[in-house]
Amino acid sequence: MAQETMTVHLKVWRQAGPEESGSFQNYTAENVNPHMSFLEMLDVVNEDLIHKGEEPIEFDSDCREGICGTCGFVINGQAHGEERGTTVCQLHMRSFSDGDTIVIEPWRAKAFPVIKDLVVDRRAFDRIIAAGGYVSVGTGPKPDANSIKVGKDVSDQAFDSAACIGCGACVAACPNASASLFTGAKITQLAMLPQGHPERTRRVREMVHQMQEEGFGNCSNIGECEAVCPKEISLSNIAKMKREYLRAMFSDS
Amino acid sequence: MLPLKRALSSPIGRKFVMSISGIALVLFVIVHLLGNLTLYIPDGGESFNRYAAGFEALGPMLYVMELGLLAVILLHAFWGISTWLRNRRARPERYAKSIATKGGGSNLNIASRNMAITGSFLFFFLIIHVWHFRVRKETVGEKTTVNGQEATDLYALVVGSFENPAWVFFYTLSMVVLAFHLRHGFWSALQSLGAMKPRWSKQIYAFGLIFAILLALGFLGMPIYLFLAAA
Ligand code: HEM
Ligand code: FES
Repeated sequence: MAQETMTVHLKVWRQAGPEESGSFQNYTAENVNPHMSFLEMLDVVNEDLIHKGEEPIEFDSDCREGICGTCGFVINGQAHGEERGTTVCQLHMRSFSDGDTIVIEPWRAKAFPVIKDLVVDRRAFDRIIAAGGYVSVGTGPKPDANSIKVGKDVSDQAFDSAACIGCGACVAACPNASASLFTGAKITQLAMLPQGHPERTRRVREMVHQMQEEGFGNCSNIGECEAVCPKEISLSNIAKMKREYLRAMFSDS
Repeated sequence: MLPLKRALSSPIGRKFVMSISGIALVLFVIVHLLGNLTLYIPDGGESFNRYAAGFEALGPMLYVMELGLLAVILLHAFWGISTWLRNRRARPERYAKSIATKGGGSNLNIASRNMAITGSFLFFFLIIHVWHFRVRKETVGEKTTVNGQEATDLYALVVGSFENPAWVFFYTLSMVVLAFHLRHGFWSALQSLGAMKPRWSKQIYAFGLIFAILLALGFLGMPIYLFLAAA
């Protein structure tokens, strides 16, 4: 059986460097296999560009199986494209139609400056984690594996929050460029577990402060972050972060 | 320790302020509506004037209450606008293709996206509204008797205004704007406080819509009712 192929028209944000001004460039991808992932389609476009002696389109990716959080850009106004619960590396060309025009832009946020084309600097997330998203571990003899009991329901909830891969889609889709879903998930994950308790108060205080310092916006409870999250992290993580913050406001430590 | 100043200017603390001041305004608006429902009683304004005279009887306490309300409105409005400005600065470079919702539980809609615009309109409305009835009550209000005592005929002032279709239109429009502000605001205030469980949020969001519609209908019915009654 002959393989059906498709043609799509791309409008891609091209920007040579952080200080350069960018613009949209048009490309046409022909003979696209509908079972290619979006990134594979871009790989083919890039090979073409390289053959022609042009600069390939720069984008981030690593695992290409939707678990590392490296890839991501905005497709037609939607972070990671229109399919829910997925990253662009797991988005397939079959979700588009032959002849579609596709607009591709990098994550837009003051805290995520563009490095090149579709690649943005997400180290602001790392600095939020460094501010408090850790637990202190004692050195010395190995503790007994099950010495701290954690209920199944609690460990499941903590795991749901821990599923965040830090891709930045929540920031990209938020009309306020807020990092509340990311920060909320990291705070919730550790606040649920006994291992996170010694730093509990300091953690929320410092991580929220860092989030502000990085220039992210303020959450206005719109919830688009939850809709674009490839790991479907719930908005209740943000509610939990608010309760943790309230607790820290009234805490002595 | 978390210093109060730092807490309240943090992304979370500033929304606590918005939320608590917003809830205070919602409570005020509910009481305001319940009192004004007396306008619907077809008794030539007796009940409404009696209700209004009750406020005059408060004497200086009325000024204290009014100043308190003014403070809450100013706090809410300035905090809201300052938060909105920060949010705009968080995305200096806009998307060429504006954000389209991916659906699910997202509340990305005209109500949620335009809180600062509907809020600013409400601020403008409040200035006009306070001048229109509160100030003019003192300057051009006629006198009448309520329970044998002299009182301002606020009813005549209200009815007289709403014979003018321009006022009817302005008030109706303003109440539609209020409905949009509260459609998102009601739920948002609770979520900002963290007073939300995933189990409830759907119902609270739905309740916010019903609440916003009922409140707006209750208010915008008044000018329309009085206009039709006079015609
Ligand atoms: C005086 C003019 C007003 C302005 C400028 C204003 C502005 C705002 C803004 C910018 C927000 C933040 C929205 C967000 O971050 O998503 C907000 C939230 C809110 N407003 Fe207003 N508003 C005004 C009047 C009112 C009135 C009259 C009420 C009540 C009847 C009200 C109730 C609320 C509520 C309940 C919220 C939600 C609080 C939250 O998100 O935590 N506002 N307002
Ligand atoms: S490349 Fe790892 S999630 Fe897409």
